[in-house]
Amino acid sequence: MTIANLSRRILLQAGAALLASTALPTLAHAQDAPAGGRLIVAADSEPKNLNPAIVASNGVFFIASKVVEPLAEASFDGKDGLSPRLATSWEGSADGKSVTFKLREGVKWHDGKPFTSADVAYSALNIWKPLQNLGRLVFANLEAVDTPDAATAVFRFSKPTPFQLIRNALPVVSSVVPKHLYEGTDIATNPANVKLVGTGPFKFTEYKPGEYYRLTKNADYWNKGEPKLDEVIFRVLPDRAGAGAALEAEEIQLAAFSAVPLTDLARISKIPGIKVISKGYEGLTYQLVVEINHRRKELADLKVRQAIAHAIDKKFVVDTIFLGYAAASTGPVPKNAPEFYDASVPAHDFDVVKANALLDEAGYRKGADGNRFSLKLRPAPYFNETKQFGAYLRQALAAIGIDAQLVNADSAAHQKAVYTDHDFDLAVAPPVFRGDPAISTTILVKSGTPAGVPFSNQGGYANKELDDVISKAAETVDTEARTDLYKQFQKLVATDLPLINVAEWGFITVARDSVLNVSNNPRWAVSNWADTALQS
Amino acid sequence: MLLIVIVLTFLLLESASGDAVDAYLLSIGGGDATVAQSLRQAYDLDQSMLARLWLYVSSLARLDLGWSVAFDRPVLDLIIERLPNTLLLMGSATALSFGLGSALGIVAGARPESAGDRVLSTISLILYAIPSFWLGLVLSIVFAVQLRWLPTSGIESIASGKAGFACAADIATHLALPVGALALIYMALFLRVMRAGMAEVWALDFVLFARSKGLSRSRIVLRHVARNALLPLVTMLGLQSAAMLGGSVVIESIFAIPGFGRLAQEAVGGRDAPLLMGIILFSAVLVICINLMIDIFYAALDPRVGASEADA
Repeated sequence: MTIANLSRRILLQAGAALLASTALPTLAHAQDAPAGGRLIVAADSEPKNLNPAIVASNGVFFIASKVVEPLAEASFDGKDGLSPRLATSWEGSADGKSVTFKLREGVKWHDGKPFTSADVAYSALNIWKPLQNLGRLVFANLEAVDTPDAATAVFRFSKPTPFQLIRNALPVVSSVVPKHLYEGTDIATNPANVKLVGTGPFKFTEYKPGEYYRLTKNADYWNKGEPKLDEVIFRVLPDRAGAGAALEAEEIQLAAFSAVPLTDLARISKIPGIKVISKGYEGLTYQLVVEINHRRKELADLKVRQAIAHAIDKKFVVDTIFLGYAAASTGPVPKNAPEFYDASVPAHDFDVVKANALLDEAGYRKGADGNRFSLKLRPAPYFNETKQFGAYLRQALAAIGIDAQLVNADSAAHQKAVYTDHDFDLAVAPPVFRGDPAISTTILVKSGTPAGVPFSNQGGYANKELDDVISKAAETVDTEARTDLYKQFQKLVATDLPLINVAEWGFITVARDSVLNVSNNPRWAVSNWADTALQS
Repeated sequence: MLLIVIVLTFLLLESASGDAVDAYLLSIGGGDATVAQSLRQAYDLDQSMLARLWLYVSSLARLDLGWSVAFDRPVLDLIIERLPNTLLLMGSATALSFGLGSALGIVAGARPESAGDRVLSTISLILYAIPSFWLGLVLSIVFAVQLRWLPTSGIESIASGKAGFACAADIATHLALPVGALALIYMALFLRVMRAGMAEVWALDFVLFARSKGLSRSRIVLRHVARNALLPLVTMLGLQSAAMLGGSVVIESIFAIPGFGRLAQEAVGGRDAPLLMGIILFSAVLVICINLMIDIFYAALDPRVGASEADA
């Protein structure tokens, strides 16, 4: 064909074909995302024990969740807020003494051995219950796991255990590890705690300390067509400015858990090709909390605690410290947990006049220097925001005549001072709400926790009524009745203020536009990323 | 001597509040009292301070550096893993700053108080005053983010499978920015010492003699003035390498280089006594070795050093 022969028809055909080819990728976006590619992600820590069955923490899950899977993962639209992983269905008995899991069939461990109910039973009885930081609580009454066949596991409890709690805890506490690699070994020192073997979409391939973790595609993954990516690399970038620079230079494609500091977001969001996403952390809400040492006679007085609550301008905290990437708290359960959240609890609005009046009423008059009394304030050093809030709280307290002495320390020293030595009057802490108040929230206010347990009530607070509600909820099997008890719990906490809930926040993910299917579940950063893809 | 270093480090870390188990529990988001108790037992942290110190020193006597609590790995493995990175980073930065600093120092010292001298002295003063984290970030923004000539961070490309020359070139491009940042700052030090030394030597009689002999200026500068001014510079080099061996926490963090500085920082944060003492012990041994080498070098440079020993 010569140029002269080019007819209008041929040109039109060619044009249509071109159009179709550009339209295709758009259609392919969600369902048939492009396969292949290496996703490089910023990681800021290197956990020494990477086994999520033993250490159920976000730092571990961030990397390990791609390799080792739980029975079910959190989901925006699934039944019970869950989507099935290694279990395909779950059902609790009416008496709360057993839960039956139907397991996925045809699943293989990365070393080729088949996954069966024996692995689930072994993980539950030998790891989750005795060793795991959160499982010790959730599975405290787990007595036995029956395995009638390879695809059924029946959990039996010695005391009624709410199915609602088990269900809500599944994404966090139910990482299954292979029995054949752990049985008969010292679990704590098993090499598979570092070189993970799981059933997940990615295999653990290489770890270069101080440099990177390399996960590669599991071609035998049970969900055909996944994973999309060939490799996921977690690159260790200890400096937060470094993560932002690496994203800009396109050396990494994604930084989760606010690895790019909030103050950089406004600038980096303007760079073409980079998106800032605040979705995908709904299932792991962090709470900004003022812990109170009730051993101080002033702070044992409810009026003083109310005054402190009234002195805090939550809107200012959200807008100025979190730059809008947070929400003001009303009580101990965050809005992201609609199943439990109760908005009708007593509120303590920002009101300095009222706060001053309450303190006068309590009998703490201002001295000649304008101060009523002095307090020792220890902000937790783990986040920029907790430190900044410490500085803000000092000023807010000054406005009501309380002289707060800031004491800054590094993580280990802070933990010892607050949770072991009780050497504080007020402390700023960032506890996590993990889907159910019983997992890591009620422990913040109930009495009887021995010293030395971080993120627990170490302020000497004891309230019989609150303790009763908490222990009753712990054994109430009926979901509705249990939810009601937690609404009472929220009211009691917001009324008596064993601690003050200030704000709640999720983290920020910053990614290149080329990364597809980001933040599509409430625990995205710590989920398996099987459908995450790279647009080439 | 080394024993004193060990005991002091141990006591210093001991005086910081909180122990390795506190640090670990926080990193995993909490755990109950029995977990804490069993961990303390496993790491011998439930024993008294003196018992632990004795345990450490006696195992050290058997050349066993112990077990890192924060990393759950043998201390020796960690150190051997990180040492080459630090030696490479700090060695090239020291060599570059020494080379550049002395060369520019000769230029500045060739004609003290000239315009060139003043410009060089001012620039070096400014460089020396810049904090390393700022210089590191600026270099990274300009050359890695804007121009994209060099990688922002890391010590090598990830799982590149490169070997031999390609691998060396890869590491060189990764190290260019951190070495550059460190070298620019330390260069100023060498430049100023060299320049000051030369200015002093110019006033000496033998230089006057060399000039009256009719030697060319360049020959006087290089053979007579610079060579004599080099002596304090070599002393400086010995001191500086000791300082550099500790690694640069700041530069290693910004450029994500797994070196000694970062390891030491993590050891302190994790209250990891065996690891920190291992690092300090290793650094101390290295510093002793380097100073030995400097002394030998000194003898070669200044015949008087060897001669006086022969006299004695």
